[in-house]
Amino acid sequence: MHRSNSEIILDMKNLVVDYETDDGIVHAVNGMNIKLNRKQSLGIVGETGAGKTTTALSILRLIPDPPGVIKNGEIFLEGEDILLYPEAKMRKLRGSYVSMIFQDPMTSLNPVLTVGEQISEVIRVHRKADSEDVIRKAKEMLEVVGIKSDRYNDFPYQFSGGMKQRIVIAMALACYPKLLIADEPTTALDVTIQAQILEVMKDLKEKFDTSLILITHDLGVVAEICDIVSVVYAGSIIEHGTLRDIFKSTKHPYTEGLFNSLPNINARAEFLKPIPGSMPDPTQVYTGCAFYERCKYAVDKCNAVKPPKIWLNDTHYVVCHKYDDIELTQKEVENNGM
Amino acid sequence: MNFKNAENRSQVYETWRRLKKSRTAVIGLILIFILVTVAIIAPLLYDYNNDIIKQNIKERMQKPSLAHPFGTDEFGRDILGRIIYGARISLIIGVTSCLLCGSIGIILGVVAAYYGGMIENVIMRFSDILMAIPSILLAIVIVAAFGVNLFNIIIAVGVATIPQYIRITRASVLTVINQEYIEAAHSIGAKTPRILFRHILTNCFAPIMVQATLRIATVIAEAASLSFLGLGVPAPTPEWGAMLAGGRAYMREYPHLVLFPGLAIAFTILSLNLIGDGLRDALDPKLKK
Amino acid sequence: MLLPVLIGVSFIVFFIVNLAPGDPARIIAGVETDEETVERIREDLGFNKTVVERYGIYMWKALQGDLGTSYYSNKTVIEAFMERIPNTLLLGFWSVVFGLIISMPVGIISAIKQYSIFDNLGMVLALTGISIPSFWLGILAILLFSLKLQLLPSGGNEFWYSVILPSITNGTQMMALMTRMTRSSMLEVIRQDYIMTARAKGLDEKTVVLKHALRNALIPVVTTAGNFLIMMIGSAVVTETIFSWPGVGRLIVESISKRDLNMVVGCVILITFIISIINLVIDLIYVLIDPKIRSSYGIMKG
Repeated sequence: MHRSNSEIILDMKNLVVDYETDDGIVHAVNGMNIKLNRKQSLGIVGETGAGKTTTALSILRLIPDPPGVIKNGEIFLEGEDILLYPEAKMRKLRGSYVSMIFQDPMTSLNPVLTVGEQISEVIRVHRKADSEDVIRKAKEMLEVVGIKSDRYNDFPYQFSGGMKQRIVIAMALACYPKLLIADEPTTALDVTIQAQILEVMKDLKEKFDTSLILITHDLGVVAEICDIVSVVYAGSIIEHGTLRDIFKSTKHPYTEGLFNSLPNINARAEFLKPIPGSMPDPTQVYTGCAFYERCKYAVDKCNAVKPPKIWLNDTHYVVCHKYDDIELTQKEVENNGM
Repeated sequence: MNFKNAENRSQVYETWRRLKKSRTAVIGLILIFILVTVAIIAPLLYDYNNDIIKQNIKERMQKPSLAHPFGTDEFGRDILGRIIYGARISLIIGVTSCLLCGSIGIILGVVAAYYGGMIENVIMRFSDILMAIPSILLAIVIVAAFGVNLFNIIIAVGVATIPQYIRITRASVLTVINQEYIEAAHSIGAKTPRILFRHILTNCFAPIMVQATLRIATVIAEAASLSFLGLGVPAPTPEWGAMLAGGRAYMREYPHLVLFPGLAIAFTILSLNLIGDGLRDALDPKLKK
Repeated sequence: MLLPVLIGVSFIVFFIVNLAPGDPARIIAGVETDEETVERIREDLGFNKTVVERYGIYMWKALQGDLGTSYYSNKTVIEAFMERIPNTLLLGFWSVVFGLIISMPVGIISAIKQYSIFDNLGMVLALTGISIPSFWLGILAILLFSLKLQLLPSGGNEFWYSVILPSITNGTQMMALMTRMTRSSMLEVIRQDYIMTARAKGLDEKTVVLKHALRNALIPVVTTAGNFLIMMIGSAVVTETIFSWPGVGRLIVESISKRDLNMVVGCVILITFIISIINLVIDLIYVLIDPKIRSSYGIMKG
């Protein structure tokens, strides 16, 4: 892969992923688009089952097949469509160009191997270095995430949850990847540890010049560490923008609902305001908007016609019929060369 | 009280429904059904004294034919008939030993789990000791000591299965008891012993059923081994292991003597294992193919 | 742990054997012998004491290394046992080797390629292995390989290849059970998050399976290895009889028919002793393999 100096790290176009199970076809991802530049941090927000993890796994091409199938789409990493790559070429990318860390640190580490070995392993696979160098590098990584390097030979069970997650981060960054995907990295941790881990990630993101995709359902985490945000519902993005766009001028009813369901210590409200209803059935195909049944602004058009992508400014778009009459449409945006 | 009845009944029904889904289990059930039916109607097919045990030297060691589908043995007796009657013996040994030793094991397991402390220790030590001796050695020793008759054999092959029942029962009961204490802490009103009992039963039902099915198979195999060694059911009773032992001397020229009895044993064990596996899968809430 | 079990075993076996009906002194002496001689034999062999007393004397002597003498040959129990045990251990060893050679690869590959033809065949093979009684398998093996094909000897341990048929016969059941166990353990491990992590690091499938999955999958297998061993030694009794293999199993069977009580009790106790020692070794190996167990001897640092 030519390491050009391009600004665009990841360009995902129209990804469609299905899981073909005995009980029916699950449409996990329905036309996902992601554009990520160097040094950017994207937060992907949505409820469980919205297709976030599947999207992330697709970038690494780790979707279990069977039953998962990538039905459509292109994923460009620095200009090349990795969906066309042979497996061997893909393996070279994993861990060195793109890394992923998973939700539960308790189960992400292999219990019978030392933590040092698990870090060394990824270095050994991607870099030509003799074993002494590799070990030295691994110990450095431990220090970078705030763990004493003499714990190289310790086993995962000897660490707490927060420290385990640091080790996982060390493993992921050991080869200086251009893109780090973190799937709910703090969900399984205590709130105080959460803050620590986010600090570590912010810090390393800078140091290692790594772009970040952070998957979460927690808007607070997004506010901490992300520049741009994509809100996902039923397998596709329904609103996207900078942090300011999403937090200060929330447009989509679902996003609105997400913010409203956060308990506000300042407001004198008696009841929490959850979004009524539940996640749509992923085996269903919708003619209109998937959020129709739960939306308080819904009209008949919403059920009949798929809402278009409407650009509100040069960073913020929303997929909702409520904004149909806004001036800048997709076409005009394209004409302006965005 | 009615709730518990419904729960028990529906659990059995639910198990049956899931069992039916497993193809292997169904095959196993069909095979066993055939076996049991054949065993039951045996007297209608053959006259025990004339066909099974009476020696008929003129007809000895005939290869399989229309008159004798499995041939005749070294004493001229029809092998198919002996195998069918042998099924009765094996099934009797298997089921009786399972019921008897299973009951003992279950009771000990419940006692151990419920009372804990010294009693539990003693029972578990006893169980360990029993498990430390290879089961066939234990069986051989018991039979050698107390003589060779049907009852002794049932005990001999069954004794070694007791520890397994103890373990499983104890584990199941302990799970329930721990839950109950937690529940009791939160709920208003105590749970009566009878409800507790029902709870325990429903929890143990699954693993014990699986264990019992598999144990019947091992017991039948072990009884056959005993007979093979000459320490089993005495001649001329038709027992599959004994038939194998008898036919061994002539197997070079007459392999059918050793083919069919062995096939019968394998058939029985296979079907029981199929049912056992099917049960295990059907009763495991985690498994969902 | 070892001691109470041994005492318990010896207790049980001794009592069972001695509770037997019939007069051992008379059996040894023969039907014709006169009562006086029989009485003398009875005194010599201590049969006139109560069972409990006899047990006490027996254990006392046993602790000093004297397990008595055979009623028939002039060998002591220990001598006869020592003569035969290497053969039984040899048979056990090769049975385990056979079992592992087949069960490991079949179990692993079946798990990786779950639901494939290989998996189905593998499971059928395992099921067959469990269902076929070992003595029948032995007989068929002899029928085919010794009598019809004349390839391998039908008994004895004259040649180095004499151990082949007995090992396969003895090891088949264990092989079948181990295959199933390896497969299900592997299936569980493969679904774990750390396997996904390993793949996300760019490791090739072979490394993921062998280095990451297998080591974890084998842990429960090692735990039950002890049980398999007991099973093996047990089935050796029958296998040795079929193949006229000069091991302890056959010794016990022969002694039973001769009512050589000392030999029977002594051998069973010694066999259990050996099994317990091997189990202990296996437990130690398990501690070495699984770091979590090691932790109970260490302190948690994180």
